[in-house]
Amino acid sequence: MGGIAVTTTINGDEVDFVCHAEETLLDVLRDRLGLTGAKEGCGTGDCGACSVIMDGRVVCSCLVLGAEAEGKKIGTVEGMASGDKLHPLQTKFLEHAALQCGVCTPGFLIAAKALLDRNPDPSEEEIRYGLAGNLCRCTGYDKIVRAVQDAAKVMKGA
Amino acid sequence: MQYARPSSIKEASGLLAKARGKAFVLAGGTDLLVRMKGDFVEPDLIVDIKAIKGLNEIKKTAKGFSIGAAVPCAAMGENKALKKAWPGVVEAANLIGSDQIQGRCTAAGNLCNASPAADSVPALVAAGAKVVIAGPKKKRTVAIEKIPAGPGKTTLAKGEIVEAIQLDKRPARSGDAYLRFIPRSEMDIAVVSAGVNLTLDGKGVVKAARVALGAVAPTVLLLPKAAKAIVGSKLDEEALEKLAAACSAACRPIDDKRGTVDFRIKVAGVLARRAAKIAYKRAGGK
Repeated sequence: MGGIAVTTTINGDEVDFVCHAEETLLDVLRDRLGLTGAKEGCGTGDCGACSVIMDGRVVCSCLVLGAEAEGKKIGTVEGMASGDKLHPLQTKFLEHAALQCGVCTPGFLIAAKALLDRNPDPSEEEIRYGLAGNLCRCTGYDKIVRAVQDAAKVMKGA
Repeated sequence: MQYARPSSIKEASGLLAKARGKAFVLAGGTDLLVRMKGDFVEPDLIVDIKAIKGLNEIKKTAKGFSIGAAVPCAAMGENKALKKAWPGVVEAANLIGSDQIQGRCTAAGNLCNASPAADSVPALVAAGAKVVIAGPKKKRTVAIEKIPAGPGKTTLAKGEIVEAIQLDKRPARSGDAYLRFIPRSEMDIAVVSAGVNLTLDGKGVVKAARVALGAVAPTVLLLPKAAKAIVGSKLDEEALEKLAAACSAACRPIDDKRGTVDFRIKVAGVLARRAAKIAYKRAGGK
């Protein structure tokens, strides 16, 4: 069976890859492109650990076929920092200790980024709804919500 | 498995029509990929419809709105005109899953996945939506309630694809609403749901209504008797009682881990009442 040749943009760089029809975007990112930030938690779109931004919308990369990435713009957690400078969300997640085991963190960062890009001044309720597609079994969510609130404050001031 | 991304609806329909083995349409993939991963389906061919021109658009037409089959539900919520005209439909579509799911899932996919608990479907049935179907033969337009045939089954023939869902322009003093019961605050599947759409006369009397229930039968139920119970009323207590009774009487639900038969029958009436009141208020009734 022949592969499917795909050209896409990931974190601003043009990327070519060949994948099988069954492969998900998450498989491609992790196993073909070495971008292991997005994690496979459930594999069925419930946990959000595989979240990436595709053409401006946060999606579960486990529910996107690799072939569907053709011509898209994809953002992963690897593209959040600029060089050595962390994104304010990353800084605030560290400051607030908004993670323990860390498996859910890339997904939370991406979902929080998508949320703040759309709504720079969300209420606590909007943050909780906005991150409802991301599961964390360690933190109890409070520290994550506070980190996002704090990051929003910093980003507004910037 | 083969993956195809045709650029025209004709090509897409042709691929599906001549496919040997199992062929599936891919819109948002939030049901299809989950079913593939669970080994519930093993497609031989997937036809991705997102590169077909026009299918990603919500068009405002002289007759109302046309929502392309590949439009993600999030885009329905971002369309101010659609939200203003059909708030109940948009609310229902936006209840499906998380932001991650919203960015991909489509109302047409929700319809064609044919779950009795699909959130957008009762609201669309109450709204009197029509479905444009492209296929190997002529295009046809049918009432949306004609599409689901049972859990996981539709009335679409081989090679047919839903191209768009159409919603009419609103007469003055119209409103719609959708409510579902779930045991959590969100991220769940409807245990029971109700959609109500109504139009009032100048005095606040309901002159037309459509009532639909979800998750209480193998397919969404359109209930003319329930609608009749509120037509001619100002949604007084007596009319609401009759509405609830007609809804409960029509339910043919199953018992499952999410709710019992008795619970679903009772709650169907309660939700229809509440949805009717919201729709009435939205229509400008007092």
